Amino acid sequence: MSWPDLAPLWLSVQLAGVTTVLLLLIGTPLAWWLATTRARLRPFIEAITALPLVLPPTVLGFYFLILFSPNSTLGGLWRDATGTSLTFSFSSLVLASTLYSLPFMVQPLQSAFEAVGRGPMEAAASLRAGRLDAFFRVAVPMARRGFLTGIVLSFAHTIGEFGVVLMVGGNIPGQTRVISIAIYEQVEVLDYAQAHALSAILLVFSFSVLMLVYTLNRRAPVRVG
Amino acid sequence: MMGLSVNIKLVVENFRLEVSHTFELGGITALFGASGAGKSLLLRVISGLESRAHGSVCFEGEAWQRDTRFMPAAKRGVGYVFQDSRLFEHLDVAGNLQFAAKRSRSNAYDAVVKTFDLQPLLGRRVAALSGGEKQRVAIGRTLLTAPRLLLMDEPLAALDHARKASLLPYIARLPEAFGLPVIYVTHSVEEVTRLADRMVVLANGHMLAAGSVADTLARLDIAEASGKFEAGSVVQAVVKRQNERFLLTEMVVAGQPLSMPASAVAVGAELRLRIRARDVALALVRPEGTSIRNVIRGIVVEIVQESETAFAEVLLDIGKGQRLRARITRASVAELGLEVGAVVFALVKSVSFDRRALPKS
Repeated sequence: MSWPDLAPLWLSVQLAGVTTVLLLLIGTPLAWWLATTRARLRPFIEAITALPLVLPPTVLGFYFLILFSPNSTLGGLWRDATGTSLTFSFSSLVLASTLYSLPFMVQPLQSAFEAVGRGPMEAAASLRAGRLDAFFRVAVPMARRGFLTGIVLSFAHTIGEFGVVLMVGGNIPGQTRVISIAIYEQVEVLDYAQAHALSAILLVFSFSVLMLVYTLNRRAPVRVG
Repeated sequence: MMGLSVNIKLVVENFRLEVSHTFELGGITALFGASGAGKSLLLRVISGLESRAHGSVCFEGEAWQRDTRFMPAAKRGVGYVFQDSRLFEHLDVAGNLQFAAKRSRSNAYDAVVKTFDLQPLLGRRVAALSGGEKQRVAIGRTLLTAPRLLLMDEPLAALDHARKASLLPYIARLPEAFGLPVIYVTHSVEEVTRLADRMVVLANGHMLAAGSVADTLARLDIAEASGKFEAGSVVQAVVKRQNERFLLTEMVVAGQPLSMPASAVAVGAELRLRIRARDVALALVRPEGTSIRNVIRGIVVEIVQESETAFAEVLLDIGKGQRLRARITRASVAELGLEVGAVVFALVKSVSFDRRALPKS
């Protein structure tokens, strides 16, 4: 058995890394807003955020494909700005994955912020901490378990993504050929040895990640500072 | 305008809070009323934690809230001690204290640690503290913000009796030790009489009475105002002698002798005693041959008949501006022919004194 081509694995890791960082930046304020707002718009936004959980990846992928095409507004703007096509590029994978994995970041964060509640934030305000100060020094450290869960799940979910990637990214080595696509192709061409190797790596990785999340969730609170 | 003037309206669901009052600042002011009277809500409005109220809040001439202007809680310089302490669980005790000290550049850290005996707790996790310890840390933490006004929202309500008793002296010392006016929310008459100089009574979102503790408690119309309130009065007493033989503490109230089961107080100390109205009986002549030891002469100044019940409340002037109230049946009022100006003798059961009444330092 030959050593498997690990390039798709590294591409997946890069994609998951970039996606997770983007999700932290977008998901944190969104989750905080959902956890604290009294706005009527809230259930609407919550439903949109949860859509990727129930829609088939092909449906999401189909809409992304239309949205990213050079004939669409977004795709056109992208081509004018960068001179490259958005479809079948690494960037399109990042954009699609970010939306596709959004609930995996937002939902744990929202529950964690809701568990913190208004009490500690009011206490911080009464101790002369401004809103941002209170957010970073009280809400974030108190919600650290939610951050950890959100980061791990977003990362793992992006690694394991297949349908959306296939729809918007295709199968370009070094560009969009992530691990799940590589396995699919190896099976298509009956290269079972390679498929076995990559599948085993993904299986062990996913199991380890889930073990980590459940172990951390069970552990007694960790002290910070 | 000096002091704290509050003129606000706030409707939350079906509850309406409407208060217009200027709090005289200095010492401890009790904000008193039954649960659901709006005490905590008023405290939140004053602190800036509740932004939905309309009206104005001015502290020492500085507008904290007026028209559409609203100064956020973090800028008001108000300390707030919550009923549930609200310590930050991700920090240890020292971390909680430093959180406050850093943001106010307070240099009172050592003084606060000493005053509240926090040294042994500094390295402890918040979750490992008892309820009483948590409140001590919370009060210390609040003082480290160098507040100009301290608001305390039933800080002892969640504690058992022994812990309450151990914390009361710390709270009583606050105004003098830190030069800080305190507004103290409570529904306990005992806490009012032990801590407060003045009181403001709230019922159903409205202010019912305000003034010195003794005057306000002696006013008859408050009894109906608050569900848990038990009618009574507060009198000032001076300790004369400790009777070792019978284990009694002998005192003088308005020039008349009074005794209670021995209490560890110094001779010469001034005490405040609470006497429940239902523990006071009245007689037209000084009774003899009775087991009741405390008999105080007074003049009837007011009689309030409760037409719905069998009872009436009689307010007596016992001399030197002190008042005592008695709850007796309306039938007795009629049989004794009581009327305003009549001289009566109040029979007070020794056991009815609040033995834990502290000398006010």
